[in-house]
Order: sequence, then C-alpha cells, then structure tokens
Amino acid sequence: MTDNTPLIKIRNVHFSRGSKLIFDGVDMDIQRGKVTVIMGPSGTGKTTLLKLIGGQLRPSVGSIEMDGKAIHKLKHNELYQLRKKMGMLFQSGALLTDISVFENVAFPLREHTQLSESMIRHLVLMKLHAVGLRGARDLMPAELSGGMARRVALARAIALDPMMIMYDEPFTGQDPISMGVLVRLIRMLNDALGLSSIVVSHDVKEACAIADYVYLVSGGKVIEHGTPAQLAASDSQWSQQFMQGLADGPVPFHYAAAKTYADDLMGVDV
Amino acid sequence: MMDLLQRLGVTSLSMLERLGRGSVFFLNILLSIPSVLVRPRLLFAQMYSVGVLSFSLIVISGLFVGMVLALQGFYTLSDFGAEGMLGVMVAASLVRELGPVVAALLFAGRAGSALTAEIGLMKATEQLSGMEMMAVDPVARIIAPRFLAGLLSMPLLATLFSAIGVLGGYFIGVGLLGIDEGGYWSQMQAKIDFSEDILNGLIKSVVFGLVVTWIAVFEGYDAIPTSEGVSRATTQTVVHSAFAVLLLDFILTALMFGDN
Ligand SMILES: Nc1ncnc2c1ncn2[C@@H]1O[C@H](COP(=O)(O)OP(=O)(O)OP(=O)(O)O)[C@@H](O)[C@H]1O
Ligand SMILES: [Mg+2]
Repeated sequence: MTDNTPLIKIRNVHFSRGSKLIFDGVDMDIQRGKVTVIMGPSGTGKTTLLKLIGGQLRPSVGSIEMDGKAIHKLKHNELYQLRKKMGMLFQSGALLTDISVFENVAFPLREHTQLSESMIRHLVLMKLHAVGLRGARDLMPAELSGGMARRVALARAIALDPMMIMYDEPFTGQDPISMGVLVRLIRMLNDALGLSSIVVSHDVKEACAIADYVYLVSGGKVIEHGTPAQLAASDSQWSQQFMQGLADGPVPFHYAAAKTYADDLMGVDV
Repeated sequence: MMDLLQRLGVTSLSMLERLGRGSVFFLNILLSIPSVLVRPRLLFAQMYSVGVLSFSLIVISGLFVGMVLALQGFYTLSDFGAEGMLGVMVAASLVRELGPVVAALLFAGRAGSALTAEIGLMKATEQLSGMEMMAVDPVARIIAPRFLAGLLSMPLLATLFSAIGVLGGYFIGVGLLGIDEGGYWSQMQAKIDFSEDILNGLIKSVVFGLVVTWIAVFEGYDAIPTSEGVSRATTQTVVHSAFAVLLLDFILTALMFGDN
C-alpha cells in the first residue's frame, strides 16, 4: 500500500443543524503522518467537522472515508472498532468527573485491553509524564484548571496509541510554557509515533508552527488550503487577514463583505 | 382554531417521535445487558448507590405509612368488632398496593431524579461523547448498569417498604392499641395469599421499577445538554414517573384483582 493515499478523504460534505447550513460542500484530504491544521472563525463548524470524522454525526450529502472505509456508512460495531484507532481531544477535555486523573487515563486501557495492573500503571504514568502532569495523578478532574484538564485529556487520547489524533483547540487556556510544551508534544507524537494529526485552532502562530498543511474554513466552505508558507505568501485578502492574526481575538472574524463598513452603515448600495 | 389544531398536531407528533426514540433507546439498553452481566462490578456499584440513595427514605416512609394504616384501620375495623383483622388489612394494603406504589414514587423522586441529573450532566459536559470517541459505548457502559440496578432495586425496596410497614402497623396495633399479638401475625399468615397478594405486588414493583428507571435514564440521555435542559429533564422524570406509576397501577390492579 502506498503511503500517498490520504488517510482521510472528505468529499463534498454537506451538513446542517436544523435549518442552519453548516457545511456547504467541503473537500479535504488529511495526509498520513502529517499535522493538518484547520482554522476558521468561531462557530464555522470546526468541532462539527471533527465529530463528522469521528462518526458521531453523519453528513447529509457527501462522503468521509478513513483508510478507504466510508465512516458515515459503518455499522455500530465497525464504527467502534475504527474509533479505537482515533484519539480525540475535546475542546472541554470531557474527562470523567467521578474518577481521578489516573483513572481517566487508565479508562481506555481498562476498557479495551487485558493489561495487568502494573502495566497499566506504567503506561498511565508514562502518558501523564509526557504531558507534564504525572504529579497530578491523584487529583480529581474538578481540581484541575481548564488547561490542565485538556492536557490530561491528551494523555488519555494517546493511551491506546491511536493512528490518528484530533485536537480541538488544544492551545486555548495554556500558559506560554505549557503552550510551548504542547506544540512540541503534538509534533513529537506525530513524528515519533507515526501518527496523523488534525489540529483545530485559532492560534495562528502556534498552529502554523506545527502545521504541515493548513485548511482555512469559513461560511461552510474551504476558503484556502496549502502549506503555511503558501498561505503566508498567498495574496488572497482572506488568508492574509487570517494569517496575520487579525482574526485572533474575542471578536469573531468578519467574513469578507462586498461593501465597506462605512457603506453598510450609510445604507448605500454599491 | 386552525392554529390550535396545528399546534396540537405538532405537539402530539413530537411526543410520538420522542416515544419512538425512547423505545429505540430501550431496545439498545436491552441489547447491552449481556455486556453488563459480564462485568457485574459495574452493576453492584450502581445498585449500591441506588440502594443507599433510597434506603433510609424507604425505611422511614414505610414505618410511618404502616403506622398510619394501623391507626386508620383500627377505628374502622373496631366499628365492626373486627380489630383482629388489623394485621391482614395492613399487610394486604401494603403488599398489594402501597408498597409498590409509594416505594416507586419515592424511588422516582430520589434515585430517578438523581439518575437523570447524573446522566444529563455527563452529556452536557461531553463525557458521553468523549466515551463514544474512546470506542466505549455509553449505553453499555453507563446506561445499562444503571437501568439494571434500578430494575433490580425496585422490588427489593418495595419489599422492604412493605415489611417495615407491617412492623409499623404492629407497633401501633399491638403496642399502642392493645390488639392481641398472636392474632396480628396469625391472621396475617392465614389470609395473605402468596400468589394472589405477594406475587402480584412483586410483579407491580418490577413493572414500576422498569418504567421509572427507563424514564429516568432516557430523560437524562435525551436531555438538552445545558444546565436548564438538565434541570427540566430532572423535573420531567419525577412528573412522568408519577403519572406512569399511577396509571400502570390502575391497569395492573384491574387485571390482577378485577375478577374476584
Ligand atoms: N448541538 C447543536 N445543535 C444545534 N446547533 C449546533 C449544535 N452544536 C453546534 N451548533 C451550531 O453549529 C455551528 C458550528 O458549531 P461548532 O461547535 O462546530 O463551531 P466551531 O467552529 O467549533 O466553533 P469554536 O471555534 O467556537 O469552537 C455553530 O454555529 C453552532 O451554533
Ligand atoms: Mg469548536
């Protein structure tokens, strides 16, 4: 098998929430062994896209294939088998609140393997060490900060050594030090374990630092894609605005409007 | 008028749709039950928490219901000089009717609402979603053990309720009102029929346990994943369970005791 076929092939995906159209024909390729970053304004459906890839949602039109298997057509059991090969880091962490940090990381191991207790302990501590939280193993999730919770969730996501990890906003709420660690960690996990990674992020600088390939999504479509260098050199206003960080901040990104702001205010039609 | 009809139509359609989803959910739970039986520890943990949640409530309520039954029954029976039948009356009311029904109502208020809130919050905080992505089916791992625990606990709790109630009746009847102690028990033993009374009561409590737990887990699983949604779901568990228990009690009573 050649490694050039994309791990994930997304073709012409349409998806709506109620009457609200979220994706209007999205095409994407996620390459094996690469870090693919998906950027876009808040609320465009980046999390939704990850859930489509994870098979938690199904597209109304179009196809999503992983390794040649159409995820949206899999039966319950097949889907669960496939998910063992995916790790997903939720935006909120999604840790189980009634068990400790240690048990959270051990959870997938206990559910899916018959490893001995000492082996589990060994693996859990190793994964926690990788995210810098070995000392926090006895804390309960409620005692963690948001950034710590996300790192524990990362340790849990890599517990089963998946072939692909999806990160939903991994950098939000991290201090500069753990941010740096995280950026390197994602890169290192990707390269050392031969994973494929999908990173959803608003943090243009960090995301570009680790990205092999970038997709910019807005208004239900892929607006631009390319390597970080290609996007930085692109003369499209849209990617310039985004890549220079103008979109970063509490105010959502403005979709390129046909009229200027002043014209809009004056109610003048162009 | 058209507007009203339309709204009625929309409401009943959405209710039907919800009932459909609930039934599919129920089937999924049933299909997952074997996976729980393989891991009984999950089940015991849940039975423990359901039992502990409801134990003291059931004991105290059972005691008082039994005592009130004895007080009320005594004054009616003594008019006919039939005080000796007090034990039978207390036991029959409890075993056939009050044990299953009151225990189920208390169970819905205590354990049912807690189940809904717990599952709803797990959904709201993406814990269920997170589990799905770890290839762990939340229906098998979270819902089915809770469902089974509720199903098994309910008959136990109803039995406990009745037993404590009979004791409460004894304290009042024999201790306070001075009925003959031997009569209280022997009449009860002679007149309470195993299949007619005890078995039918047990069947009721099994049915109530099934329905209440089903409502509780479904409301939680189907809750809108916000704090408001979870709070509404919790309320609905209690309200729907109460309606369901009382309605089913009527139907079951008519079927079981209607022909004699
Ligand atoms: N459960 C839901 N029901 C209805 N609409 C939803 C639901 N979840 C998300 N949406 C809508 O779908 C759109 C995309 O949501 P999504 O969470 O995928 O955005 P996002 O790109 O991840 O945003 P952010 O960067 O803020 O995380 C949003 O406009 C939101 O209103
Ligand atoms: Mg998101």
